[in-house]
Amino acid sequence: MLDTFIQGLLLGGLYALFALGLSLMFGVMRLTNTAQGDFIVLAAFGAIAGAALVGATLAALLLLPVAFGFGYALQRWVLNGTLGRDPLPSLVVTFGLSIVIQNALLQVFSADPRSLDVGAFATRSVAVAPGLAVGALPLAVFAAALACTAALQTLFDRSALGRAFRAVSDDREIAELMGLDASKVYALATAIAFVLIAVAGVFQGMRTTVAPSDGPLLLLFAFEAVIIGGMGSFWGTFVGALVLGLTQQVGFRIDPGWGLLLGHLMFLAVLVVRPQGLFPKTRG
Amino acid sequence: MAALVQTSGLTAFYGDAQALFGVDFRLDAGERVAIIGANGAGKSTFLKCLTGLVKALPEMVRFGGRAVGGAAPGEIVRLGLAMVPEGRRLFPSLTVEENLLMGGFARRPGPWSLQRLFTLFPILEQKRRQPATSLSGGQQQMVAIGRALMANPQVLLCDELSLGLAPIVIKEIYDQLPALCAEGLGVVVVEQDVTLAQRVSQRVYCFQEGRVSLEGASDALTREQITRAYFGV
Repeated sequence: MLDTFIQGLLLGGLYALFALGLSLMFGVMRLTNTAQGDFIVLAAFGAIAGAALVGATLAALLLLPVAFGFGYALQRWVLNGTLGRDPLPSLVVTFGLSIVIQNALLQVFSADPRSLDVGAFATRSVAVAPGLAVGALPLAVFAAALACTAALQTLFDRSALGRAFRAVSDDREIAELMGLDASKVYALATAIAFVLIAVAGVFQGMRTTVAPSDGPLLLLFAFEAVIIGGMGSFWGTFVGALVLGLTQQVGFRIDPGWGLLLGHLMFLAVLVVRPQGLFPKTRG
Repeated sequence: MAALVQTSGLTAFYGDAQALFGVDFRLDAGERVAIIGANGAGKSTFLKCLTGLVKALPEMVRFGGRAVGGAAPGEIVRLGLAMVPEGRRLFPSLTVEENLLMGGFARRPGPWSLQRLFTLFPILEQKRRQPATSLSGGQQQMVAIGRALMANPQVLLCDELSLGLAPIVIKEIYDQLPALCAEGLGVVVVEQDVTLAQRVSQRVYCFQEGRVSLEGASDALTREQITRAYFGV
């Protein structure tokens, strides 16, 4: 039982990394990034391709600033144009991006699943207590998720940039009245979201194989984590991801075919019983 | 000498609908000017043209002689014009202190700081870490005014400060204005309450259907003149 619990938490850590970027973009600019999962897969393939040139570690590290710049440019010059009272344009554009990414990856890499080779790290285990050992990689993923969530929440609550994010999300017109350039603030938010996407992609590539069509399922996990946790709080998203991971792991334990199903059932149960999520903070 | 704020033949549109039909307006340093008029007369549109939220041709709006019509709101704040919006419009996700700090985002050099604001409105120092929208109406109005002052403006626009406030609170807030103006700050006050507008200002403009229907010294205009101009009779 303890084994299932710990595996579930560690899986939840990965889902938190999938979900944080989604939560950030929705929180700041009410933009649902339908291509979230596909960008994670793209990042994984980027790391894999880069690893062939400069080795896994350097490829993963270089991916972060590249993702930052890409996210900034994407928001500033493409997605900013889709923002407005109607949520449809941003959904349609990111959906289009999803299709483009999947097909581009298929074209370049073929449908074969790949993974990021990190040698022994993928299978090493760490003893955390007498008689209790966990995988080093899942533990690293969990630690990264914890660190990213804490960093993001601190950024939002205590920094001038976080203040700008909250102000522009509350009332864009008045924030601009105070001199904020909303289009640049939005671009910074997406840039940070894409760094998180890159981290998620690298870890996903390490822990399992990735294929061009994996995106939508990862989006689903990210989306479920955000909804279960409640929108508007990064710690909420983190907890939502843990709950999802735990539920799936319990399902896997019962029967390998039940893992994802139990997670989806739990998500539906949350929508019925407490649709605002466990720790909601966002207004409308 | 160039006026602090001057508009010449200001026209403005909301989409296809014309909201202002050639408004001439002037505010000098240290003056308190009121704008009155019925709902839909164009008062808020006028303020939005001054702040850059509604576009106008450059020469139609001048600050200190400089043409600024249609400029971005951020640029206008940096030139020294700040607005206290209608309905306060504080940021609900931010505390009192954070709202005030946001006001200082594009601040010019000047005397206003958090500490000085807390001296002006002591209750805000007590509540500085509370969510701004958890305060009473009058206190929220103080935060909104403080937020505008943090930019160290030369011109302060106040859109319906009295909305939803008790008379004693309204008096407390408006009593602060003369001291602010003594340092050269020009204030434009938009008010629904005509008597209040006359009392707190030196000159009054009356707007009616997008035009200035009356202008004069606050203590010289008669009730009859104002009524005629207000309703366009």
